[in-house]
Amino acid sequence: MALLEVRDLRTSFFTDAGEVKAVNGISFNLDRGKVLGIVGESGSGKSVTAYSIMQILASTGKIVGGSIKLDGQELVGAGEKVMKTVRGNKISIIFQDPMTSLNPTYTIGHQLVEAIVLHTDRDRKQAWDRAVEMLRLVNVNEPEKRMKQYPFEFSGGMRQRVMIAMALACEPDILIADEPTTALDVTIQAQILELMQQLQEEIGMAIIMITHDLGVVAQLCDEVIVMYAGSICEQGTADEIFYNPRHEYTKGLMRSIPTADTAGQRLQPITGTPIDLLNMPEGCPFAPRCDAAMKICIHQRCERMEINDDHAAACWMNVKKGIEDGTIVPEKKQEGGEKA
Amino acid sequence: MTENTNRPLIEVKDLKEYFPINTGLFRTKPLKAVDGVSFSINKGETLGLVGESGCGKTTVGRTLLHLYKPTGGEIYYDGKLIKTKDDIRRFRKKATMVFQDPYSSLNPRMTVADIIGEPLDVHKLCKTKQERQDRILELMDYVGLNSEHAARYAHEFSGGQRQRIGIARALAVDPDFIVCDEPVSALDVSIQAQVINMFDELQDRLGLTYLFIAHDLLVVRHISDRIAVMYLGRMVELAPAGEIYDHPLHPYSKSLLSAVPLPDPKAARANKRIVLTGDIPSPLNAPSGCPFRTRCQYATDACAESMPEFKEVEKGHFVACHRVKEIN
Repeated sequence: MALLEVRDLRTSFFTDAGEVKAVNGISFNLDRGKVLGIVGESGSGKSVTAYSIMQILASTGKIVGGSIKLDGQELVGAGEKVMKTVRGNKISIIFQDPMTSLNPTYTIGHQLVEAIVLHTDRDRKQAWDRAVEMLRLVNVNEPEKRMKQYPFEFSGGMRQRVMIAMALACEPDILIADEPTTALDVTIQAQILELMQQLQEEIGMAIIMITHDLGVVAQLCDEVIVMYAGSICEQGTADEIFYNPRHEYTKGLMRSIPTADTAGQRLQPITGTPIDLLNMPEGCPFAPRCDAAMKICIHQRCERMEINDDHAAACWMNVKKGIEDGTIVPEKKQEGGEKA
Repeated sequence: MTENTNRPLIEVKDLKEYFPINTGLFRTKPLKAVDGVSFSINKGETLGLVGESGCGKTTVGRTLLHLYKPTGGEIYYDGKLIKTKDDIRRFRKKATMVFQDPYSSLNPRMTVADIIGEPLDVHKLCKTKQERQDRILELMDYVGLNSEHAARYAHEFSGGQRQRIGIARALAVDPDFIVCDEPVSALDVSIQAQVINMFDELQDRLGLTYLFIAHDLLVVRHISDRIAVMYLGRMVELAPAGEIYDHPLHPYSKSLLSAVPLPDPKAARANKRIVLTGDIPSPLNAPSGCPFRTRCQYATDACAESMPEFKEVEKGHFVACHRVKEIN
C-alpha cells in the first residue's frame, strides 16, 4: 500500500464570480522514501493540491470530492481533530517565502521549541535540545547562539534552513515543499536542494516537491506529475517525462526552456495565455493553446492512458498514434477515439 | 546586428555608486553597491549581467541611466561623456528601461494607451493627437498587443501581457539602448519564452542594444552575446557567452554556473556541483582584498591583501582573480 493515496481529488474555490475548479479530479500515489515532483504554471493547481492534502485551504476553498488516504486512513472529512495529529507530525510543509513564514517578533528558538512541544510529548528543555540538534542537521553554524536570534538576523537561505528544521523536527513521513527555492539565489538553491536530498536519504521520508522549475525536478525527483488547469496531463518517472514526453503541453514546456543548443536561435514558446479557470472548455483544457489540437480535443477530454508501466498521459495524440500503429482498435469509425 | 558593430554604444568607466547608511545618530557609512565597474556594449549587442541578489547588478543598470546619481566614474554614450542635465535628458530619449515586476511598474489608474503614450508626452515627440494615437498603435503592434486593448487598464492583463505593455512603453521614444532588469523572471516558463523571443525580434528589427540583467543563467546564456558576472559590487568576469559557460575562469563564475539546475535528469546526475559555503557577505563589511576570498576554495593570504585587477587574460575574456593562471 502506498503511503499516500490521492483519488479523484476535487477542490474548488467559491468566489463572487463563480466556482473555480482549482483541482479537478487528480489521482496519484506516493510511496515511502520517494520524491514526487509536481510541475505546472501558476494557476495549474499544484499548490492547491498541497494545501488540500494538509487541509489548510483559504476560507473560500473546499474539497468537494475525492479521497486522500494516508497510510490507509481517510483524511477527507476526517475533521480538525484528526488533521491536527497529521499536520506537522506525519505531513509537514515548507512554503515558498521564508521571509514571511517565520514570526518576526519571536526568536528562532522560541518558534522551533513551540512546534516541537506542540507535536511531541517532550518538555521545553528536551524540545530546546532537539531544536539545536535539528539546526545542526540543516548546517546552521553555532546553533546554540542562533536559537536566540530573530528571523531578521538570518539570510534568506538560512531562514529556509530553519523552516526545513522546523518541518523535520517531528520526523514526518511526508515533507511537502511548495516552491522552497524560488525566492533564493542559485548558489543558495543548490545548497538547499543538496540538503533536502541528503536528509531524504538519511531519514527516508517521502517528499512532494512543488515547483515550476524543470531544472529542480530533474535534479531531485524520482517521479513527476505535470499539471495544467487543475488536471494531471502527464505522470511518470523523471526520465520518461524528460526524454519521452507524451503530452503536447509537456512537450511545449520542454521546448520553451533555453538550453545550450538554443543560443542564437528563437525559442519555441507555447502560444497564447493560460486558461481562465472560470471558463473551462469542455474538451482538453490545453486544446486552445495546442498546435497539434484535433477536432476531438476541443469537444472531449482525453482519459488518462497508460503509455508503459512507468508513464501515463491524457492526450488524444497518443490515441491517434495508437490507432496508426494498430495498437488501439477504434470502436466506431475514424474519430471515435475511445480507448479500446 | 546592425552597422558599426564594433563601435561601443555605451562605455562605462570605473562606475561607483555608494548609498549612505545610518549607523548611528549623525553617522553614516557608505554602502558600496557598485564599486568600480567598467565595461562597454557595442551597437546591436546584448550584454548579460548576472550575479546573486545584492551583488549590485540592478544598481549598475539604474545608475547607468542616471536614475541614481553616480558617486564616481564616467558614462559615455556614442563616444560622448554624459555630464550635464541636458546630456542626461538627451540620453534618456535614447536609453530606456524595462522593469522586473510587471505588476508594480504600471500605473493601475492609467489606460494602456496612456502608459505607452506618457514618454511621448514627456519628451514632446508627437505634434498632433492623431500622430500620438498612430504611434501608440504602432508600438502595440510591435509587441503583439491588439489595438482594441488600448483603452483597457493594466489589471485586466496577465503577467506576460503586462510585460509587453512595459516593453512598448520603453520603445516609445525610439531608443537605441534598453536596460532590461529581470524582465522575464516573474513570468511562467511558457510565457517567458514568448517574451524572450520578442526581445530577440525587436533587436533584429530596430537594431537595439540591450543590457540584460537576470539571475536565470539559462535565459541569460540564450539571449546574450557577452556575459558579465558580478560579485559584491564588482565585476569578476566578462567574456563571450559561450566562452563563459564552457570555460569559466573565475572560481565564483565556476560555482555559480555549476549550481544551475539543468532541466535534464541525466545531466543533473552527472553534474558535479561546486557548492559554495556560507552566504554573500554584507557590502557594508566587505572583506579586504578580493571580495570573494571568504568563500573561495583557492584563497591564499595574498588574496586578502590586495584587490585583484580586472584584466584581459584571453582575447575578450576579462577576469579579476590573483590566481587565475594557477587554478585553471
